[in-house]
Amino acid sequence: MRAPGLVLAVTTALAVAVACAPADETAPPSNQVDGVDCKKENLATLTPGKITFGTDQPVYEPWYVDDDPTNGKGFESAVAYALAEELGYAREDVVWTRVPFNAAIQPGKKTYDANLTEFSITEERKQAVDFSAPYYDVDQAVVTLKSSKAAPAKTLAELKRVKIGAQVGTTSLDAAQRLQPEQDVAVYNTNDDAKAALRAGQIDALVVDLPTAFYITSAELEDGVILGQVPPGDGKPEQFGVVLDKGSPLTACVSTAVGSLRADGALAKIEQEWLSSAGAAPELK
Amino acid sequence: MISELQRERLAYRRSRARRSTLVALISTAVFAVLAWVTVTGAPGWPRVRRSFFDPEIAWRSLPAVLEGLWLNLRVLVVCGAAILVLALGVAALRTLRGPVWFPLRALATAYVDLFRGLPLIILLYLVGFGLPALRLTGVPNDPVVLGGVALVLAYTAYVAEVFRAGIESVHPSQVAAARSLGLGPRKTMRLVVLPQAVRRVMPALLNDFVALQKDCGLISVLGAVDAVRAAQIEQARSFNFTPYVVAGLLFVLLAVPTARCADALGRRVDRRRGGR
Repeated sequence: MRAPGLVLAVTTALAVAVACAPADETAPPSNQVDGVDCKKENLATLTPGKITFGTDQPVYEPWYVDDDPTNGKGFESAVAYALAEELGYAREDVVWTRVPFNAAIQPGKKTYDANLTEFSITEERKQAVDFSAPYYDVDQAVVTLKSSKAAPAKTLAELKRVKIGAQVGTTSLDAAQRLQPEQDVAVYNTNDDAKAALRAGQIDALVVDLPTAFYITSAELEDGVILGQVPPGDGKPEQFGVVLDKGSPLTACVSTAVGSLRADGALAKIEQEWLSSAGAAPELK
Repeated sequence: MISELQRERLAYRRSRARRSTLVALISTAVFAVLAWVTVTGAPGWPRVRRSFFDPEIAWRSLPAVLEGLWLNLRVLVVCGAAILVLALGVAALRTLRGPVWFPLRALATAYVDLFRGLPLIILLYLVGFGLPALRLTGVPNDPVVLGGVALVLAYTAYVAEVFRAGIESVHPSQVAAARSLGLGPRKTMRLVVLPQAVRRVMPALLNDFVALQKDCGLISVLGAVDAVRAAQIEQARSFNFTPYVVAGLLFVLLAVPTARCADALGRRVDRRRGGR
């Protein structure tokens, strides 16, 4: 998926949230940013009084359920509604729009206020869009079939010898390339295509983010197994952030809202509800 | 000997020609300046320039895109050759006369209907993921090979129709003349009909060739990394569209020789006909 992650200490996240909200550098995050209350009536959203969230089409479990972001089910849908509430929007003030990956980052006018589609925060991407404080730390995992020749692999060295696939535009692809496999990484439009290739025996293993790995192996691939987690690149965990237009007036407020959701444990609760199995896969060495 | 009057006429025509060249030059320059000013003066231009025309990102993505283009080129050459041969065969089958050949004619027609109608992307999925999923021995499992097979299936149908149009455009009197010279049906086809037919459809063939150049990239849905996919990977990493522009320019460069080749062929055909 679009990003990876570990669960960081609450303090770290708060520090990031506060760094994005330069108004109060020492105080815990409040709803005040630059002296302005981050409430519905003060926010310059696309439609006054409404907040428009963007996401890709289709969207997958466990991030969204039934490809329907409006039902509040799935991790990112739940986070979006929690953020909206934190900013003072009622459930019916939340509008969803579908934005393909490329359209989400094009330089023109955005069709959304905030976009949650497993976007990993990287320095390079920050040149093109704003990211909120991270709302999820994610790891990358290797998935295969019990019948595949990759199934016995226990170490990173063994994985180098098999054919690996990943979805284009994802940090899973970066993770696959980090494994430095002997054969070129096969790159697919979607994880659905990659799963088809795995079933057809064209690739031996597939790199996805860990929550997706749990979903794929439990619900989508018969006899699918998780081989383990890929260690993060340059030692830093990957994090998902809410994408906003470059220079959006909402960025600081959304970051602050993420910060308070983390501080009061709401984020952890949502994570528990939708991504509870995360963390149970061994790290590959 | 040119008369005084004719000399004047020629001089007048030359001056008019010079004048129209000058007007064309000035209007082109004015148009270019206007377009440039409009685009660069747009409020979003600095951001568009950063997103689409970043020299640093272009340079960084170039090696990966070129490596992908090399795959495109190899697929293009192999598929192009296979398509020409097969399409000529299918076209020949479709133009067979006589009730005995009905099954072959019907088969060729069905082939063309099916593969010309089927969207290429669906064909790619069917061949690329469907065929190996059968787990038959002997079926290749390489996405490039499977993608190439799908391309050949689809383009053979298009090109066969182009060839058929060419064959049918040769006037029946040519066949009659060849037969009256004592040539058999096969020799008539090979020595009289096909050379004329191929020459006539050359522009259409080259057009299909350019289309194939670009569609070769579609095999990337099966996991192969071609030029466009390489650009997409770079784009997703940097959230910047410049790699696409790089790949696009390379494809245009690739198509230019084909276009010039088509022009040259057209001129040669004109000369042979003693025209213009």
